[in-house]
Amino acid sequence: MNTADQYLKAIYLVQEQEDGPASTGRVAETLDVSPASANEMIGKLEERDLLDHEKYKGVTLTDEGIRKASDALQTYCIIERFLHEVLDVEEFRHEAKQLEPVIDETVAERLDTIIDREPQCPDCFSAEDDACALLELEVDAAD
Amino acid sequence: MSVQQPVASDHQLARLLQIGIVLEEVVEARAGEHAKTLDVTDPELEALLDEAAAESADHRDRLEALIDELEAETIPFEQIKELVAAQYEAESDFDGVLYDQLCNEETAYKFYDDLIGAIEASDAAFSIDRDRLLDTLSAIRDDEADGVEDVAELMEARE
Repeated sequence: MNTADQYLKAIYLVQEQEDGPASTGRVAETLDVSPASANEMIGKLEERDLLDHEKYKGVTLTDEGIRKASDALQTYCIIERFLHEVLDVEEFRHEAKQLEPVIDETVAERLDTIIDREPQCPDCFSAEDDACALLELEVDAAD
Repeated sequence: MSVQQPVASDHQLARLLQIGIVLEEVVEARAGEHAKTLDVTDPELEALLDEAAAESADHRDRLEALIDELEAETIPFEQIKELVAAQYEAESDFDGVLYDQLCNEETAYKFYDDLIGAIEASDAAFSIDRDRLLDTLSAIRDDEADGVEDVAELMEARE
């Protein structure tokens, strides 16, 4: 997943949590980058009509931005679920974050052929838990 | 979430190699499933599937040799075969089988290409020899590129 897609996904999740525009500070914090880096990338994404940036309010994804962010989130969900279900990785959230820059959407699609993923994915992703809410239930049930 | 250097430790490298092995196992198992479900004899397609399965097995061995040096475990092929079989939807026509094989080869190529790029961009010191690692991955990536070409040629010939 490229850097732009990681930003779109982060903005999508921050918007969901804040129930409104995503502040650039929260976006930078989520991605663990400097505010200056975040502002630079947000400017590039705005030029591509993927988001609207309103000073002092924050950023809001356009319809196209939402579509791309949703695809990126789905790729992330596949990586998390694959790590959890197939490789039995306990720290699957942490490792999915490390791996997402190097796992492309097409690669995730192949990994998807061996995991159980619900049709509503990625809508069942919980931004708060940083994992699929359904996967979380399975983890809790196993405890 | 991370926009930092992706391959920064032995652990991350081992995990990515593990994923490479699973991808090879998926290719091998799907080629096997396709071969089982083909209901018409087609020597050319059968040879292609045999070759794809054999090549994946060879790649697996080479990746496993690297993983051994990193002291990480791999996922047994039998386990992946079961997962593939459980989710497999039979492709009844040649076009479907060929298209799936093309996706397999292209995906594998993309995976190794990205992995090589990430390793080259990383200044981490791995406990495995970097040149040997990159040589092995580059050779596998070249095989995948040849594989894409082989499937594409067969597809063109069938048009």
